[in-house]
Amino acid sequence: MAGHVGGTEGGRNSMDKSITLPPDEIFRNLENAKRFAIDIGGSLTKLAYYSTVQHKVAKVKSFDHSVKEAEGDPVYEISVQEEITARLHFIKFENAYIETCLDFIKDHLVNTETKVIKATGGGAHKFKDLIEKKLKLKVDKEDEMTCLIKGCNFVLRNIPHEAFVYAKHADPEFRFQNTHPDIFPYLLINIGSGVSIVKVESEDKFERVGGSSIGGGTFWGLGALLTKTKRFDELLQLASRGQHSNVDMLVKDIYGGAYESLGLTGDLIASSFGKSATTDKQFSKEDMAKSLLHMISNDIGQLACLYARLHNLSTVYFGGFFIRGHPVTMHTITYSINFFTKGEVQALFLRHEGYLGTIGAFLKGAEEDNPNQYSWGENYAGSSGLMSVSPDINPMQRARSGTFDMLEMDRLERQLVNLPLLQDPSSYIPDTVDLTEDSHAREYWLSCFEEALDGVVKRALASQPDILEAAERAEKFRQKYRHKLQTLRQQPFAYGSLTVRSLLDTREHCLNEFNFPDPYSKIKQRENDMALKYYQKVVRALEDLSWEQRQFALVRGLLAGNVFDWGAKAVSDVLETDPGFGFEQAKQQLQERPWLVDAYNQWIERLKGEPHKCALFFVDNSGIDIILGVFPFVRELLIRGTQVVLASNSLPALNDVTNNELHILTERIAGMDPVIQAAVKDDRLTLVQSGSSSPCLDLSRLDKVLATVVRERRTDLVIIEGMGRAIHTNYYAALSCESLKLAVIKNSWLADRLGGKIFSVVFKFEVPPKTQGLH
Amino acid sequence: MELNGHQTEDGTSGETENDEAIGPKQTHQQQQQRPWKETPSSVSFLATSNMEGASAGGSASISRKTSSSSTVRQRTESLKKNRPPFPWFGMDIGGALVKLVYFEPTDVTAEEEQEEVENLRSIRHYLTSHTAYGTAGIRDVYLELPGLSLCGRTGSLHFIRFPTHDMAGFLQMVRDKHFSSLHTTLCATGGGAFKFEQDFLMMADLELHKLDELECLIRGVLYIDSVLPSECYYFENPTELERCEEKAFPLENPYPLLLVNIGSGVSILAVYSKDDYRRVTGTSLGGGTFLGMCCLLTGCSTFEEALEMASRGESTHVDKLVRDIYGGDYERFGLPGWAVASSFGNMMCKDKRESVSKEDLARATLVTITNNIGSITRMCALNENIERVVFVGNFLRVNTLSMKLLAYAMDYWSKGQLKALFLRHEGYFGAVGALLELLKPS
Repeated sequence: MAGHVGGTEGGRNSMDKSITLPPDEIFRNLENAKRFAIDIGGSLTKLAYYSTVQHKVAKVKSFDHSVKEAEGDPVYEISVQEEITARLHFIKFENAYIETCLDFIKDHLVNTETKVIKATGGGAHKFKDLIEKKLKLKVDKEDEMTCLIKGCNFVLRNIPHEAFVYAKHADPEFRFQNTHPDIFPYLLINIGSGVSIVKVESEDKFERVGGSSIGGGTFWGLGALLTKTKRFDELLQLASRGQHSNVDMLVKDIYGGAYESLGLTGDLIASSFGKSATTDKQFSKEDMAKSLLHMISNDIGQLACLYARLHNLSTVYFGGFFIRGHPVTMHTITYSINFFTKGEVQALFLRHEGYLGTIGAFLKGAEEDNPNQYSWGENYAGSSGLMSVSPDINPMQRARSGTFDMLEMDRLERQLVNLPLLQDPSSYIPDTVDLTEDSHAREYWLSCFEEALDGVVKRALASQPDILEAAERAEKFRQKYRHKLQTLRQQPFAYGSLTVRSLLDTREHCLNEFNFPDPYSKIKQRENDMALKYYQKVVRALEDLSWEQRQFALVRGLLAGNVFDWGAKAVSDVLETDPGFGFEQAKQQLQERPWLVDAYNQWIERLKGEPHKCALFFVDNSGIDIILGVFPFVRELLIRGTQVVLASNSLPALNDVTNNELHILTERIAGMDPVIQAAVKDDRLTLVQSGSSSPCLDLSRLDKVLATVVRERRTDLVIIEGMGRAIHTNYYAALSCESLKLAVIKNSWLADRLGGKIFSVVFKFEVPPKTQGLH
Repeated sequence: MELNGHQTEDGTSGETENDEAIGPKQTHQQQQQRPWKETPSSVSFLATSNMEGASAGGSASISRKTSSSSTVRQRTESLKKNRPPFPWFGMDIGGALVKLVYFEPTDVTAEEEQEEVENLRSIRHYLTSHTAYGTAGIRDVYLELPGLSLCGRTGSLHFIRFPTHDMAGFLQMVRDKHFSSLHTTLCATGGGAFKFEQDFLMMADLELHKLDELECLIRGVLYIDSVLPSECYYFENPTELERCEEKAFPLENPYPLLLVNIGSGVSILAVYSKDDYRRVTGTSLGGGTFLGMCCLLTGCSTFEEALEMASRGESTHVDKLVRDIYGGDYERFGLPGWAVASSFGNMMCKDKRESVSKEDLARATLVTITNNIGSITRMCALNENIERVVFVGNFLRVNTLSMKLLAYAMDYWSKGQLKALFLRHEGYFGAVGALLELLKPS
């Protein structure tokens, strides 16, 4: 059955009504809210709304160069402007708070044009009058299953690491799945009071292929009868302490051991409750609850497998209140699936499973805005993340606590797609190290980010010297990010796999949250100005060299430029104390050949062959990196006859060059360099935005325009530069064309891990297997 | 089990002592020398059944009695050489019930009778003159197959069951009846054949010839069906309560079939021929679950009691139906309002928990377990591409409610594609299969 338990165990509605809601944290941006949706289940309410968020964004604008500029003027001006972005808010709370929440919404909802609220879930009819009275919105009921599927498609498509497998005895218990670019077809097993089995074939095509009446309601109802325990959570708690073998008849109770000819081990359950067919024995509540849990989980698992086999599907997601973050049921379902499919099918669970109905209902209501044409991203700053499911936590406490769980999704301005040059998009994993699995690395990076926090706060403040309340916001940012880091220390799985990328992205989200859109804007500006002055000198010096010498100098220049990275503490400390630290000093810091990873000879051999048709270059830092490292290198490629596509971040992250800035810089360089000028004019040098605002790079979420350009120009070389993009991510990314991954390791811990020292060089040139031998 | 008939009915304690002197080998020889003779009274019952069915039964040693023609006589004479000594038993020791089949020869000649050892006679008398043994041993008289020709002998096949937890009492009886003086081995199947192997040896001086339960089950089904034309039946018009009625179903060309054995637990077998079969899956939600839960929920103590309560209950008080959630049918997915959405779903609610009767709970338990078996079976049938399902096992004994539910569920959810078949000797096929093993020519 579709999902939710209606009208169960009442009596709690009267309590806790007096709570005061902290408006800063819950129901944020309510003033601009529109399009409401609500999903009322048996115990939890999930509310969704759409809001527009006013953000400060840093804009760079080129000066009017018709006026002769004075020596020392910056090449561009920075201004902080207000921009409006769209955000989805999802809040989950106990039904007991529903009236308080409706009152709160009523009080804070200023002029909204919204007239209706989309509703789903078994409890929707029960609260219909209350909602209509309080909010003056018409309740418009949507089909539960349709909402569920819509929501499921949405989270699978937009939230990387949405799905996970659960392994009770593993550390971590969660293993997050990489989002397959094509999410269809899949089977969704929704375990509400009953079970619905839905086959989903596309966005609009799904079918309830089957179901079972033995579900969460059976566990709850029968459990309550057998144990006189009323609450679902308490029943699970009982079950986790019980011994089912006291109640169940096992194979060994019948056979004395295993049933060997069939390969059935002695511990298998032959007959659930088979030992309770007697009146002269008492059974403990715990044992009965455990037996019941096994019985129901096994039964559902078995049916799921039979349906998966019948429909030839191996992707099976489980949801519904029976599952909802309960380690006990996730474990028994996983066990059952493994048993019945012998490992062929994995039980998959979803981080935002509880929100699917409300997301779907919301999307139904927002169809005219066509929300599916956009890409959305989980906002780490505004989302609660996966709750700790440590079995030590008393589920009663958890259920009764007045916590409000939140999920916020930002509408991204660009539609994101896979890089067409990924060898196998379904197996592509951006991140090199999974910190959820690697506890040593996790410990290091969490501390590292904590130590760097002061510096980031300082930068943020310095970027807004004239704004009075900046200090207050900077402090709030510090607290928020520190709190996130603490949460992640306890629950590294809170936002999917913990990675250096997710730590960096969380920091960017927190900075944006407190209106520090570009803390490094001034530094970037200063460094760009300075580097531009040296451009011609650097190019001339290169021209004087022989071909062989020049190629090496270009690579070395690229590497030296990459030393200028404010994201690396070792470097930022130097840059803070020695403003004169320049290109030449950086070159001296570089490791001598042979490098830590050294494919230079192969690269040179390759350059002696046919020129590449088109190179896609993912650039990194502003200043010396882009101007004195990347541009001379690009210039050489252009001269060779290779077209170049420069991909830079859409929005600021650290001192990475943004697409906006790169446009201005390219214009300036073109003004100095006829090679670049001609290339820009002939469209042989193109600038595209990556769609990203991260110091790292996820090749499965790139701007659609970039993908089109890459395909049209028949790109046959991808260059990825920098620690964030080529080491923390994509180090192992397999591409279908030649690729160059280069970076300077500016972190001694990481260098040590890779077997080198600080300022070690990684220069990785890879040729995909199928074209090997052609050169 | 305590066998109450022993002292009071037979009163043969003195005789049994004498019998101890006669060794099993001697008995064997004596029996083989006895001339075979037909008992006319037994002819009529099976006179119409055909011979082809016998071969489908899977054992060359079995012939059906047709007439007293000399050809039959010759055949049976030749079979005699491979015939084991009496008594002929087959046993199936399950998780909850022990099923015992006993062949009582009714073609015993006067000469034979005279020579019959006392121990053998004592066992025969004891079993055939009672219908209840000990506290819970029962002979299902209505299942008795009289006039059966087995291995050249004619007689009645008796079907006896007792709870597995009475095994100690049973072994005591076997010992008291000096069974081991007649046979040194006993053909047994079911898990208990393994579990109680040592007990049989120690307490009754009997070696168990352990047989695979699935093999015995299939052999037993095919044999009984071959000798009894009305063994297999189905429910005509299963979706219409008033018009629903039993109809015989000749299992002439039975393959492929899905054989669902509902004992304490459930095994589902795909059978492609008498030797080609596979256990597709099973479920732990079986007869043991029904009885176990009923005991916990209602305080009843026997299967009959639980069934009786169920017959008077109303499961819709306990279960949450589609219409309870959607007010009617859930049309979007073609779910009728009467379908159960959540078994025991109403019991989430305190008020409803307090207002249901024990009968309602028993009924809901029965419906839940039965429907679940139905849906797993249906999925297996689809996955195996089999359209014919035979349900057996003691869960179905005197349980028309479940059989009709299964017949209905198979028909309704498969839109008439699947046919549910039932067999009259529900739970005894494993024991029959074990008996056939005994009679197999060595």
